[in-house]
Amino acid sequence: MSYSVKVIDHYENPRNVGGFDADEAGVGTGMVGAPACGDVMKLQIKVNDDGVIEDARFKTYGCGSAIASSSLVTEWVKGKTVEEALTIKNAQIAEELALPPVKIHCSVLAEDAIKAAVADYRKKHSA
Amino acid sequence: MHLPIYLDYSATTPVDPRVVEKMIPYLREHFGNPASRSHRFGWTAEAAVEEARNEVAALVHADLREIIWTSGATESDNLALKGAAHFYGGVKGRHLVSVKTEHKAVLDTLRELERQGFTVTYLDVQKNGLIDLEAFKAALRDDTALVSVMLANNEIGVIQPIAEIGDLCRARGIVFHVDAAQATGKVEIDLSVLNVDLMSFSAHKTYGPKGIGALYVRRKPRVRLEAQMHGGGHERGLRSGTLATHQIVGMGEAFRLARQEMAAETARVRRLRDRLLEGVSTIEAIHVNGDMTARVAHNLNVSFAYVEGESLMMALKDLAVSSGSACTSASLEPSYVLRALEQPDELAHSSLRFTLGRFTTEAEIDYAIDLLRQKVGKLRDMSPLWEMAQAGVDLNTVQWAAH
Amino acid sequence: MPLPVYFDYNATTPMDARVRAAMSPYLETRFGNASSRHEYGRAARRAMDLARQQVAAAVGAHPTEIIFVSGGSEANNLFLKGAAAAFGKGGGAVAFSAIEHPCVLNAARQLARQEWRLIELPVDATGRVTRAGIDDALARQKPGLWSVMLANNETGVVQDVAAFAHSVQERGGGWFHSDAAQVLGKIPIDFRALNQAGVHALTLSAHKVYGPKGAAALVVDKRLDLIPLISGGGQEGGLRAGTENVAAIVGFGVAAELAASRLKELSARLSRLRARLEAGLLPLGATIFGIDAPRLPNTSYFSFAGVEGETLLARLDRAGFAVASGAACSSANPNPSHALMAMGVPEALARGALRVSLGAESNEEQIDAFLPALKAELAGLKNLTALQDESRRA
Repeated sequence: MSYSVKVIDHYENPRNVGGFDADEAGVGTGMVGAPACGDVMKLQIKVNDDGVIEDARFKTYGCGSAIASSSLVTEWVKGKTVEEALTIKNAQIAEELALPPVKIHCSVLAEDAIKAAVADYRKKHSA
Repeated sequence: MHLPIYLDYSATTPVDPRVVEKMIPYLREHFGNPASRSHRFGWTAEAAVEEARNEVAALVHADLREIIWTSGATESDNLALKGAAHFYGGVKGRHLVSVKTEHKAVLDTLRELERQGFTVTYLDVQKNGLIDLEAFKAALRDDTALVSVMLANNEIGVIQPIAEIGDLCRARGIVFHVDAAQATGKVEIDLSVLNVDLMSFSAHKTYGPKGIGALYVRRKPRVRLEAQMHGGGHERGLRSGTLATHQIVGMGEAFRLARQEMAAETARVRRLRDRLLEGVSTIEAIHVNGDMTARVAHNLNVSFAYVEGESLMMALKDLAVSSGSACTSASLEPSYVLRALEQPDELAHSSLRFTLGRFTTEAEIDYAIDLLRQKVGKLRDMSPLWEMAQAGVDLNTVQWAAH
Repeated sequence: MPLPVYFDYNATTPMDARVRAAMSPYLETRFGNASSRHEYGRAARRAMDLARQQVAAAVGAHPTEIIFVSGGSEANNLFLKGAAAAFGKGGGAVAFSAIEHPCVLNAARQLARQEWRLIELPVDATGRVTRAGIDDALARQKPGLWSVMLANNETGVVQDVAAFAHSVQERGGGWFHSDAAQVLGKIPIDFRALNQAGVHALTLSAHKVYGPKGAAALVVDKRLDLIPLISGGGQEGGLRAGTENVAAIVGFGVAAELAASRLKELSARLSRLRARLEAGLLPLGATIFGIDAPRLPNTSYFSFAGVEGETLLARLDRAGFAVASGAACSSANPNPSHALMAMGVPEALARGALRVSLGAESNEEQIDAFLPALKAELAGLKNLTALQDESRRA
């Protein structure tokens, strides 16, 4: 398997690994994937009162491309409003990381993680 | 230290420099076709081929007339299984018995025989990778013509009880084939005692060249085969095709060295493997696959829980190890051998096969241990599953959003 | 004792030094299993990819059309049995020339056991497969499989394979194979053109072109459905299992490239040498087989009336010349050459057949030394025969 330079960079120096307290106000947590499928991504966003994502964290069980995809989205969502974050599409992630066709599902999973984290944030926020 | 560290001796081995030395004249001046009967080039090649045949026979206590050259263990397995099934299928019956953890060369050949109308029973193995002799006995039928069980498993290194299986087969007049590709030079094989009728060998797993193997075909009692490769009638009609002299010479020398050095080498490699096991055992949540007693000395197969296989391989690029058997590692599916062991039901783990060899050093093992500790730790720090496991969550109870 | 002069290049060839140099790293340092995913494995895979390109380029094929196997015999077996098995049981008729290599003949005979009908295509007195034989087979049986060699290993006679395949194509079809093991490096091979004419598979062998023994290829049109002869780990696109013989395949690649690049020069030189040889043979009373047909430039197959071939061979070996009586693999066979019998050569003459096949290291001095030696041995044998006749009369 040959990886792109960007995948290797994110894999070797993952950005924003870790987590927030999921119960904290403003924190949205998304967990997608399944161990049986070979990848599980946990993405957390911390949203301020203006609806802007101030910070993001991830943990990923998965191949190098899955780790790189989640690392990349933590960088991309930061500074965006939740609405803007939802416009990030898997194709952009795949293109940025030059993922081969067999790894496209990793970018799909990363997009799903954003959606799940935002959904969790909104659920808490509206409650 | 040369990186990546080669710990994949069960995939293939380098050719021993002494073997290369012996091969060189046959790549140069002694280039004759061993089948050429009219001149010295042919005679020289033929003599070398016979000397090598003798060396192969000597390692396993066979008669040189019982050794047939092939292009490798895969071809030997094909010739043994198809050849015996075709010959005895009409006489004894069309039922065959083998094991789920056999090498692909055996399994795929059996599938082909099934396509041709044979019935195959594939035995399960126990959690330690060994077959259950009672289950084996129960699988034998009156129309069982052929049994195939490997000596040492390529992935987990366990040694099947072939002496006992051989006795059971002989008592019932069933032809018994053993794939010994992973065993030569690793364990003592004495075909003058074992009730084995057919045995496959490979040179490149025992410090010889690729492209050459052999099949042992017992003479007393005589085992018959239908040839699978037809032509000029080489190898007493059992396998036609120009003999690759240099490769044969290489296999002979490799097997001669194996005979001379096996005892000392096995002891040395076992010490290194045990050192590796000890080092790896300091990592939490690991599982060693396969029985540790009935096992070749150079193999260690370990599962690391909560880390994904491909990312682990990527992290360990300084180690040349295998995540499955080399033949299937192009696909990402979990190894069928490990699946057959009915692993403890951790949802997520990845396994590595470490196979040590003649040129492995203590420094390399220590380096490997450090790297493993460091990289497994790093991946777990990044793993949401590890985090959950640490928090006491049972992964089996989680509702996963499958995608 | 110095080594004899080697005149048996059709049996096997010495390896070229460039081939050897390319191979040796793949024994000791770059020894990986090409199926392994780590760097050792990937290096082996890259080397094989290059070799595949080199072999494909040498015969005008695409790399994906190359299946590496262990030898020419295996390639021929793979075509016949693999394609027959894909047909299912009793697929029809298989046509092959009467002068094919034993591995084609014997593989075809195996098919007869699975209810295939065998059609032997006749050759004329010059050793050429006849058009009439092809037409007759097409008219009567419509064979599903065909195998006609591009050039014969004993006589060197070149067959009109493209034209035959074209006829087969036009009149009902059938999978057409040609054994080109003796042809690579001697006359140009263009698989694209052959394929367009209706040839679907070609056999090539490394050790006949200064490459190593243990590597060969079946070049295949991918529409041809094959059941593998050797099942297992899925190598070679699932068509040939077994750990790849990387070093030999690397050697094959270099040898194929070399064969194509020096073909013109080498063939011209060998044909001059052969002309020099045959100019000397004819006055000695030799019958040269296939001399009136197009032949490979390096091969001369001849006989002397009343001279027993095996005896002459042994004497020539002692005199320092390594020549053959026919195909190497059947030289243990006491029967006269099946190719010569098919050509209608009288049995006594066929029994005396000698083959001189020249190659890269052959030169004029060797020919010039061989001719007088042959003459002397012939004279010696005639005296011996005369003596024996006399003693028998006495």
